[in-house]
Parts: sequence; C-alpha cells; structure tokens
Amino acid sequence: MSKKSFRQAVNEALRDEMRRDSRVILMGEDIAGGMGAAGEQDAWGGPLGVTKGLMPEFGRERVLDTPISESAFIGAAVGAAATGLRPVADLMFIDFMGVCFDQILNQAAKLRYMFGGKATVPVVIRTMFGAGFRAASQHSQGLYPLFAHVPGLKVVVPSSPYEAKGLMTQAIRDDDPVIFCEHKAMYDDQEDVPDEPYAIPFGEANVTREGDDVTIVAIGRMVKFANEVADKLGKQGISCTVIDPRTISPLDRNTIIDSVEETGRLVVVDEASPRCGMAADIAALVAQDAFKALKAPVRMVTPPHTPVPFSAALEDIYIPGVPRIEAAVRAVAGQA
Amino acid sequence: MELNREQLLAAYHQMRTIREFEERVHREFSSGSIPGFVHLYAGEEACAVGVCMNLSAKDYIASTHRGHGHCIAKGCDVKAMMKEIFGRKGGLCGGKGGSMHIADMSKGMMGANGIVGGGPPLICGAALTAKTLKTGGVAVAFVGDGGFNQGTTLESMNLAAVWKLPAIFVLEDNGYAESTASSWSISGEPVKRAAGFGIPGEQVNGHDFFAVYEAARKAISRTREGGGPSFLHFKVSRYFGHFEGDATTYRGAGEVDKVRAERDCLTLFRKRVEGAGLLKADQLDTIDKEVAALIDAAVAEAKAAPEPSAEDLLTDVYASY
Amino acid sequence: MAGEITALTMPKWGLAMTEGKLVAWNVAEGTPVAPGQPIVEIETEKITNVYEAPAGGVLRKCVAVAGDTLPVGALIGVLADPSVSDEDIARFIEEFRAEAPETSAAEAEAVRVASVTVNGRPIQYLKMGDAGGIPLLLVHGLGGDLNNWLFNQPVLAQKHTVYALDLPGHGGSTKDVGGGDIGAMTAAVVGFLDALSVDRAHFVGHSLGGGIALSAALEHPRRAATLTLISPVGLGSEINVDYIDGFIQSERRKEMKVVLGRLFAKPEIVSNEMVNDVLKYKRLEGVKAALSTIARAIFRGNKQGFIVRDRLSEISAPIQIIWGEQDAIIPSSQVAGLPASVSVHMLAGVGHMAHMEQPQEVNKLIERLVTSS
Repeated sequence: MSKKSFRQAVNEALRDEMRRDSRVILMGEDIAGGMGAAGEQDAWGGPLGVTKGLMPEFGRERVLDTPISESAFIGAAVGAAATGLRPVADLMFIDFMGVCFDQILNQAAKLRYMFGGKATVPVVIRTMFGAGFRAASQHSQGLYPLFAHVPGLKVVVPSSPYEAKGLMTQAIRDDDPVIFCEHKAMYDDQEDVPDEPYAIPFGEANVTREGDDVTIVAIGRMVKFANEVADKLGKQGISCTVIDPRTISPLDRNTIIDSVEETGRLVVVDEASPRCGMAADIAALVAQDAFKALKAPVRMVTPPHTPVPFSAALEDIYIPGVPRIEAAVRAVAGQA
Repeated sequence: MELNREQLLAAYHQMRTIREFEERVHREFSSGSIPGFVHLYAGEEACAVGVCMNLSAKDYIASTHRGHGHCIAKGCDVKAMMKEIFGRKGGLCGGKGGSMHIADMSKGMMGANGIVGGGPPLICGAALTAKTLKTGGVAVAFVGDGGFNQGTTLESMNLAAVWKLPAIFVLEDNGYAESTASSWSISGEPVKRAAGFGIPGEQVNGHDFFAVYEAARKAISRTREGGGPSFLHFKVSRYFGHFEGDATTYRGAGEVDKVRAERDCLTLFRKRVEGAGLLKADQLDTIDKEVAALIDAAVAEAKAAPEPSAEDLLTDVYASY
Repeated sequence: MAGEITALTMPKWGLAMTEGKLVAWNVAEGTPVAPGQPIVEIETEKITNVYEAPAGGVLRKCVAVAGDTLPVGALIGVLADPSVSDEDIARFIEEFRAEAPETSAAEAEAVRVASVTVNGRPIQYLKMGDAGGIPLLLVHGLGGDLNNWLFNQPVLAQKHTVYALDLPGHGGSTKDVGGGDIGAMTAAVVGFLDALSVDRAHFVGHSLGGGIALSAALEHPRRAATLTLISPVGLGSEINVDYIDGFIQSERRKEMKVVLGRLFAKPEIVSNEMVNDVLKYKRLEGVKAALSTIARAIFRGNKQGFIVRDRLSEISAPIQIIWGEQDAIIPSSQVAGLPASVSVHMLAGVGHMAHMEQPQEVNKLIERLVTSS
C-alpha cells in the first residue's frame, strides 16, 4: 500500500492486467508517442502521461500507437475484442466520440444481442472527460450519459485513485464493452492504493459517507465535493449519506432507493449536462420508486444547459462545486 | 491455380444455393411472410463464393446489409439463416438480428451490417487479432460502392496499411448505392484510391467466378504471407432492388434483363465447365435439384419454427449485468 | 496529586482515524472521576467507543461538546484536582491549543506500520509503546488484521511494548499462507518474534489467533509468558462454518454487512466503513485463495481440526480465556470442563469480538494477567 495518483492507479491496473493476460493490448493516439519519429520513443504516454512506461515494457506489438483515426481504431478494438483479444482503446477526449460513435453505438454495443449472444466483446474504451482545464467546448464535456443510454455498454466513472485501479482491473476482465471515463482534473489526486491487483465489481455503489438526513448521489469528481459537503454539514447537524454509483450502467438502483427511504431527501450531483443526464435519470428513478419516502423535492445540481465555456470566469461558475451542493443539501433539509 | 472437380462442384453448389435462397426470399417477402428490411444478393454470387473459397474457418469476413451471400459462402447454416430472416427461434441469431445482422462468429462471419461502412474497422480488429495471436488468419471486409465512400472504409484502409494488417478490402460495385449510380458517386478510380493508401489492388469482372477466384487467391495469399492489405474491385450487378419493395425505376429499361441474359454468373460458370469438359450438365442439374429441395425445406422449417419467447427480449444484451 | 492537570484528547483508534466525533459526555463538568472510568463517547467512521479517563481527578472543563468533530490529539476536556485554579485551567487550555498541532503530528508519526521478512516473506506489524519488560503480542483471527486491536493496543502500550501483527494471508502481510494450517501460522508468528529478536511475549490471541497462541505455547513453551485467549479456536469441534463461508464468498457490501454482523452481539456496530475496509482487503489478489486455504486446513469437514483442550495442562504459562456469552461463531460453552488452572471470564452482552465490544474489560483482564505474572 502506498500513496498513488489517479494516473498511477490507472497505469498500474493496465500494467498488471497486461502482465497477467497476453491478450490485453492497448491502442490509441500517442499512448506511447513518437511512433515513426526520429526522436524519443514513449515520448508522451498519452497526452497526460497515463500510459507512460507501458510501451517500453510490453513493446509496440501490444502498445499500438494509431493515426488520428478514431473510427478505424475504435472499430478495430471492437473487432479485435470480438475475435479473441482484450483491447483497451484510448479515445483521448470523450468529446471525440462524435467521430467514431457508430463503432461504439451500433457495433460494440449491439454485436452480442444482434448475434443472439454468440459474440463477446471484451473491449475497454478509456476516455478523458470533464471541465476545469480551460479546454473549452470540445475538450471538456461530461458526455457519459450518452453512453449510459445505450444498452450493451457498461459505463464506469471512477471517483478516486483507489476506485480507478479496481474498476479498471474489472473493466479489463469484464466480458462486455466498457466505457471507462477518467476526469482529467483528477489525475494528480492521491490516496492509498494497494500494490496488489484487485477488482471492484460493477453495479455496486460505494457509500462514502453514512448519514440520516439527506442522500447525496454524486458521480465521478463530484463525489469528492459531496464528501466535503457531508463532512462540513455533519458538524452542523445535517448528516448526509453520500453514494458514489461507480458504474452508471449498470446502476445500483437498490442502494439509492434504500438510502432515500431512510433519509427522505435526495440531492443528485453530476457534471454532465442536465437534460436527459444521470441526475435526471436518478431523480426519475427515485420519483417512481421512493416517492412516498420523500420529505422534500429532489434537487439536481448540474451545470447549466450550455456548452462548456473557455473563459476561467465562466468555467468556474459552470462546474458544480461545494457551495452549490451545500446550498442544495441545506434546501432539501429545510435549512436554506 | 486449377480448381479440382470437387472444388468446382462446391463453388457451383454455393452459388446456386445463394441464388435459390435469394429468389425464394424475394417471393416470400412479396407474399408478406418475411418482416423488415431485406436486401438481396442475387447476381453477385461469384464475388462471395470466389473470395470465400480462399478462406478457412480461422479467417473472418465482415459483410454489408446485403449479407446473405457472404453468409452462405462462409459456411453458415442455410436453414438457420432462413429461420433468422423469418425472425424465428432457432434462427442463426435467435431471431434477434434478422437479415441485416445475420452472423455466425464460429464460422468467421462477423455479421451483415446495417450501417454502410460499419464493417471495415471491425475487420481491422479481426486482422489485428490474427497478427497479434499469430493465427495465420486473414480478415476480409466486403463493402459496396456506397460504403466505399464512407470515412470508416477509408480510415480502415489507411490503418490497415499503417499497421501492415492481414486485411483484404473487397469492393462489390454493383452499380448503385441505393438509387445512386456508383459511376457518379465514386470519384476517381477505386484501384487508384487504394493505391493512394499504398494498397495494391485489381479491378475484376465480378460476374466471372474464375476471374474473381483467381484475383482473390492472389490477393489473399499475398496478404496472408505478410504482404499487408490488398484490395479488389468487383464490377457486378444486382438483380433485385436496393431493398425488397424497391421498384428500381432508376435503372435503365431492360438493364437487368440484359445482365441476366448475357452475364449471369451461374450461366457463365456452367458454360465454362461444361465446355471444358470439367463437369457434366447432369451433375450440375443434380445440384440444382438438391439446392431447391434444401431451400424448400428451409422455408418450411422457418415457417413452422416458433416465435421467440418474451424472455428472449432481455437476454444476450450483456455477458453479465 | 495537587496541581496536576491532565489533558483529555481525541484518541486515535486505528491507523486510519484522523478525527472523531464527540457523541456525549457521560459525566458532567465538576464531577470527580476515577482512572479508567468511561467518561465520553467518541464516534469514528468505523466504530463508536467510550473513552476512559487516563487519570483520576475532577472533570474541570468540557472543551468539546456533543456533536463536535475534532482531529486526533485535539483537546476535548481537562481533568484536574479541585485545588487547581480556574485561571490555571484556562492557561493550560490556551497553551495546549498553541502546541497541539506539533504534538499530534508527532503522535501520528509514531504509529506507523512496519514490515519484517519472515521465511522470505513480508509480515506487517505495528509496534506501540517502548516500555521494558516482556512485550505483548496481539494475534488477530481469520479475516482480521492488526487494526482489530485498535481499542486495546494504545491502552496496553501505555505500560508495555505491544506488537500487533498481520498473519500471513491478512492485512499487509504476504498472501502466501503455505499449507494454511496451524503449524504454518505458528511458524510465521514465532518467526516474527525471532525476526524482531523478541525472546518471550505475552500472547493475546483472538479466535484463530487464540489457536495459534495455544499452538505456539505448546510447540515453543519458553516463548509464551502468558496466554490471553479471546473466543479461541482449539477448545472444541464446533464452529460456525456458515460464517466462514460467508466471509470468504461475500463480495458485495450488503452481504458482507450481514456476515460481519454475526461477529457482534449488537450487529448495528458494523459500520459502512468497517464493511468497506473488509471488502477492500478481500478484493486484493490472493486473499480469497489464502482464506480458503486456511479455512480448508483448519476447519475441514465443518469442524475445527485443531483441538488441544486435553493438552492445556502441558502449558506452564498462565492461561486466561475471555469469551462473549453471545458468541455466534464459536460457542462459549466450549469453556466447560477446562482445567481449574485456566481462568475463564465470560462477558455478558458480548459476541465473538470481546476486544472490540468490551475493550475496557478486556484491557483490564490482560493488564492484570500480564502484571501478575
């Protein structure tokens, strides 16, 4: 056990699974870097260095740099998965799903069903998402609800380094297509992460705080903020349960419903856009299945329904943060 | 390379099976017993069979929306195919895929595909598997003249060349992408387009089984031996519309009749093997009868097969969820 | 002693504890308290426990009130003789607060796990206290780790050097358990003492750890100064195999919470955090196999396979046995018919985890045996 960053945690899971299973390969743009160039090899390890060091250990045969050609290589990862490999493809920014969505939406997600269960597609698509980098509208979105909408895909949004390693290990060992969404502002977050491999099962939410008054369901980076709010308000007489779904598909419905039945109040926090997003989905779930337990209207804390702005002044108010979560929790607790 | 008698009989058997299958599906669709969207391969049989005779079970193909012929040529069970097209239990995909998604991974058939240009990236993946696991296999992407203009196809040709994959791209240019003429929609020469990616290619008469077989043999062995991707451009015709129900008013008067009379692949095949004394007419007639009986049985069994049950709706979405 | 002021500070129960919440004072300001008297309830993320007065005196000031959450080492109250002036108390509080951050940092530094190589494999342990004399060795049970002693080790360490270790297959130790039998476990524990050049120790063993302590005392009579066995393995054939299977097989939070609840007389003591910690441990590669190997080797055929009740007389070291009357894992009835030389302490309202469920009583019993020998 030692302190590891989110970046190291993901890297370690990839490395351990590549050591364990020779069918695991990586592919993506600049995941090693320097392909065909005269200078340094493994120059990048991905744009934020997550896959650094893997090419030197496993070689170019298993760590494949690709041309900037998402349709081809994401589809190739799907085809390779259907025929015997266990590829982890790096879709650099989730925003780039637009140029290769068919291969994910119509191929990866549906082969098994369309073929009557006679195909298995153990592909992982790693992708960065999230605002806070002043990266503007095409490199900052939280588009994972679009994936969660598609039957056949599993969608993981890890909330910490420990979670990232265990969930990535499970993603690679899983026999279904998994979209693994890494918040780019979390790569330097640190916490204790075991050195040994471990897998966290999909479809089971983590409960990071236990309280009686308000249930906060938060996704990805928002879990950290929700914990902060819970710790703060716990000292002020509002005790909160914080639920991190870990996987938004499958979604651990029971943990959410059970908690709301105890607390009677729900705040859902998500960095994705509000319309048809996870926050709305979870709010609807609770409205349908735990309506009688509710003591206050459900509150959703999300960005406004706008693209992610560039200007720091605008982006900072775009991202749901501690103050807005706190205000929502106070509001449902009747202490606004 | 000379084909022996068994191979010639097998080739004819497959081409005849495809023709009989498609003509029968055409009739069954017209009579209302087949639901959904159906795209028929009749007229193009020499392409699928000429290519797939050079493949074995370890090789993969990805097909198009016009996939029945590729399926039969790659060895899929004809009766299970018919059940699938009828949407019945016991269908090749349990009735969940239908005509547009008919597939059998165990035969190396990665599916017909409802998305034009959907298959080539998958074939890069299958080829990457073959290369990584050193199976000795190759992977073949069939695309139509519509799919040949899709970015996925062009990106895949580039990726296959860059990665030196054992992939073969086969353009079945039947003259029309839906109702639009390929002479208009494809700019430049396809073989030169492939050459632009550094992929050697050849244009071939897709009605001539022997030409197709020979070109495919050379291309596939070149690729299988580590030569990187290859390209084939088959000029061919389809006998029916884009989909069943298409009145094909966009085609010239008598166009199809002329092809059927002068360039039908089965007629050309018979003429060639009978003329050269390789096979006798009665051998081929016997095959015709066998195939007709097989298709009759396939349709009868498909009609008699039960519908999928309500529980089947929810299975096969995930390996585990 | 006149003039002496004792600071009551937020205790550190377990390595992960960084802060605690004051649930309630059990005594009011101005009340005289005896050393060891439970005076305040503290809740951590993992567990709630009572904090005992470290000295006698009058509770002069409750610095923290119910509901306050404070970091480990923070001042929560002040004990002093009535003769100490209110001004002195106020000055003490002020000075304490000024110095507090350094103190708690130093304390945090002092409690760090270490690792030692035993038979070529790492064994993790925690040493607390540095008094002379024979040290104590705390040995946890199946599926546990050194953190199980969170309420015992800091208290016992006030007067003794106390080691708590992670058995092979557990905590931060090797996941290689060899045959997983009592012999292999005993060899690891004795090897651990050798590696630290500890000649003799007062063994405190819980459940499987109790069986290991018994085995160590039988195989290496000189090494054991005393034996305190809490709900130990080794005294009868009966054991709740459903619990063991459940513990090994459960991978989900809810199942595991139910399984862990069986350990305690009051299942509600099992917090979300406790469940998360166990699941984190159980997910590690090699753990499930290690636990299965141990369970197969020691509890084969739904029974305990290592029973030494007939050999207790061979052990010359004083033995005491502590058992919760409501133990649902190993029945407390197994104490019946033991030799008179073995002292038995049955605790009412306690399950399989006496050292966590009634730490004050267990600490007292350990202290008494260790001191008297």
